Amino acid sequence: MTSESAVPRGPFDVAIVGGGVVGCALARRFALAGASVVLMEKAVDILDGASKGNSAILHTGFDAPPGSLEAACIAEGYRDYDEIHARLGLPLIRSGALVVAWTDAQEAALPSLMEKARANGVSDVAPLTRAETLALEPHLAPTLRASFRVPREGLIDPWSAPLAYLTQAMAHGAEVLRGCAVTGGARAGDLWRLDTTLGEVSARLVINAAGLYGDLLDEALIGRRDFTIRPRKGQFVVYDKPAAALAGHILLPVPTAITKGIVVCRTAWGNLLVGPTAEEQEDRANAPLDHATLDALRAKGEEILPALAEHDVTAVYAGLRPATEEKDYRIAVHEAGSYVTVGGIRSTGLSAALGIASHVLRLAQEAGHGWQAPNEVAWPRMRNISIAAPRDHESAGNGGIVCHCEQVTRREIEAALSAPLPARSLSGLKRRTRVTMGRCQGFHCSGPLARMTAGAFDLPMAGNG
Amino acid sequence: MADIPAEVDVAIVGAGPAGLAAATELCRLRAGRVLVVEREAEAGGVPRFCGHSPYGMREFGRPMLGPGYARALVARAEAAGAQIATGVTVTALRDGPRLTVTSDAGTGEVAARLVLLTTGIRETTRAGRMIGGTKPGGVLTTGGLQGLVYGAGLRPFRRPVILGTELVAFSAILTCRHAGIRPAAMVEPGARITARHPAGLLPRLLGLPLHLGTDLAAIEGRERVEAVVLRSGGAERRLEADGVIVTGRFRPEATLSREGGLTYDPATGGPEVDEYGRTSDPAIFAAGNLLRPVETAGWCWGEGRAVAGAMAVALAGALPPPAVRRVARTGAIAWVVPQRIAGGCSPALDTLQMRAARAASGRLSLSVDGHEAAARALRALPERRMLLPLPAGTGSPEVRLEAAP
Repeated sequence: MTSESAVPRGPFDVAIVGGGVVGCALARRFALAGASVVLMEKAVDILDGASKGNSAILHTGFDAPPGSLEAACIAEGYRDYDEIHARLGLPLIRSGALVVAWTDAQEAALPSLMEKARANGVSDVAPLTRAETLALEPHLAPTLRASFRVPREGLIDPWSAPLAYLTQAMAHGAEVLRGCAVTGGARAGDLWRLDTTLGEVSARLVINAAGLYGDLLDEALIGRRDFTIRPRKGQFVVYDKPAAALAGHILLPVPTAITKGIVVCRTAWGNLLVGPTAEEQEDRANAPLDHATLDALRAKGEEILPALAEHDVTAVYAGLRPATEEKDYRIAVHEAGSYVTVGGIRSTGLSAALGIASHVLRLAQEAGHGWQAPNEVAWPRMRNISIAAPRDHESAGNGGIVCHCEQVTRREIEAALSAPLPARSLSGLKRRTRVTMGRCQGFHCSGPLARMTAGAFDLPMAGNG
Repeated sequence: MADIPAEVDVAIVGAGPAGLAAATELCRLRAGRVLVVEREAEAGGVPRFCGHSPYGMREFGRPMLGPGYARALVARAEAAGAQIATGVTVTALRDGPRLTVTSDAGTGEVAARLVLLTTGIRETTRAGRMIGGTKPGGVLTTGGLQGLVYGAGLRPFRRPVILGTELVAFSAILTCRHAGIRPAAMVEPGARITARHPAGLLPRLLGLPLHLGTDLAAIEGRERVEAVVLRSGGAERRLEADGVIVTGRFRPEATLSREGGLTYDPATGGPEVDEYGRTSDPAIFAAGNLLRPVETAGWCWGEGRAVAGAMAVALAGALPPPAVRRVARTGAIAWVVPQRIAGGCSPALDTLQMRAARAASGRLSLSVDGHEAAARALRALPERRMLLPLPAGTGSPEVRLEAAP
């Protein structure tokens, strides 16, 4: 149950700090293992930090450094997602990806990238000539040289998935505290006492899933940090739905040492996105957009798919990846097994989250923690808002469509406002339903939506655009 | 979907001025069963939320406010015998033609002998303009603002900045006044006000600072807008504001027609039509602001009525075959409608309508097979209507706008 007033809470078996995709997956994994779990998120709603903006791809990990923790977590995360998504009502659009070479040097790099994929257990990669590539994706610029196909790369809903993980955790008794920032804490005996903006929270095991603030939380709680977060901004442009017909596969460039590069892909909601950039910045909270950079992204998209020039951009956004000075994840056990740092989960967190959660559970068990797993597992189903399955508006009693661009019904909005973890902000409602996220950005639905959400949000709706 | 017929003679998508005028006219011409589907809860289109402008001179012979005008159009269409179904969204346009529709009752299908698309326009958003900065609440289009103010009785901000100076920006000013909102400034990237005189006097009358030649470079604020960054002549400065109204740069609401496979004109942002309002699918017609950005309600009303006349002829099987003659354009012409000419008699769109790509003093001309058929000197401004007669004959037409030397 959610209860968010300021009273001392606990002791819990596990306290998770951070309600991003990793925190949500951790809450699920530990709750399913039988632990009593509390998850604390400092923002008014979950998924407000690094998990707010990403490319919404479920990666196979074909290009991760072989042997790395990241590679292992992505592989396990992919398997787990594939196994559980249908039961949670989550989409997986098996679009496949093409890694496309545009220059001689890039073409020369393709064989070694395929070798790397095989080393990562992604053995079904297949090389394609220029003609074969164009036959699969006729809208690609004909200047491409060659490509290879990664059949199992897929598109998912980056917000419904973590919400489902956390909802399942809540069905197994997990508590969620939103608007709850951890400001300090100490360990006495075998119990952590955490100071939070909602009062004291005590727990036997603390997991730092604070993402962009992970290093600061380590410093506040264990007095040291093994890494420094270097926020890396990624800006994206999103095209209107007709543009999605231009690309079936996820179109990836040949990656560089620093970044996976600019991706062009459909989204699970039927749009097409181009991004991200990779820009280091100091600010952990704000990811400002830049007109010239967005213009350049648009131009880059048109280099890859020339027909994009005839399509409208309907949304722009920027996300921050919690990169560190090292490439691999920074997962470590501290304080005699009572504290786990899960840090440096940069751009692959969405794909790896379920794998990371299982990895951390094993670390906790090795450190001596253990619980009695429940006999029955609850599988709460998310309402489908993707193109992978019928939408709510197709069935009777939906209350009519409120957001026309994204075809969001009154019933979907009401459900998101009364769910086990209800939306408490317009951003939260957008992530749960897609409302106002389409081409008109609220031109048509601002009025009805303001009436429907009156009293539901901490900050009343003033519209967005 | 009990109250929606499975088969009609004409299905009209969108109950704004163009769609309602067409419905009325088709009923008057006894074109059979006419159904108008409207996705919003109320028919009438954009004028419903314009409580200030003069409407209705052409249609009703007297000046009216937007909401009353919208109600009168609805009443007239219903009195003529058209069925208007509100709260019904068309999600797909299929061969037949058939419409996939959805409503509270779930999904269904309507078959029609002919379809008319009158889905209107929307403003380009902050995202579409790719404005930089953060993404706080309180950034609205004029349509969004009017939905909040007139539709929900809210005051979303107190000191917003208004971006743009098309006519709709002055509608935004009046909406602000209605809600007790005092804009902090009006910002226009161009060198002059886009809207026609005397709208440009309004900012001065209201003491609203007007910044021409100025871009809105970025928006600041996390939850709510705190300031905007203005850029002018290479210099940037910060202006405190608690909201942004992004006005104008209208785009046709063309997703349905585009996903339905109709030939799309990137220049207008809408489907290509011939002089009968006929799209690349001869059973599907289009009229109103879906054809191009942006015209007055009265213009759209006239266009809807005229295309309805052509549809009645089409129902009788008497329209000339679809056209292949395209209207070429050169020089500073941004777009031309209709894009194709069938060359029959009694066209619904009886002029070539154009907009200039940029301000230009020069000569606008029409030639057919290289022979000049019409020309005039003009001072062209973007967003202002330019007209030439529809070319006669069977030759290849070309419109041209050349700057004077």
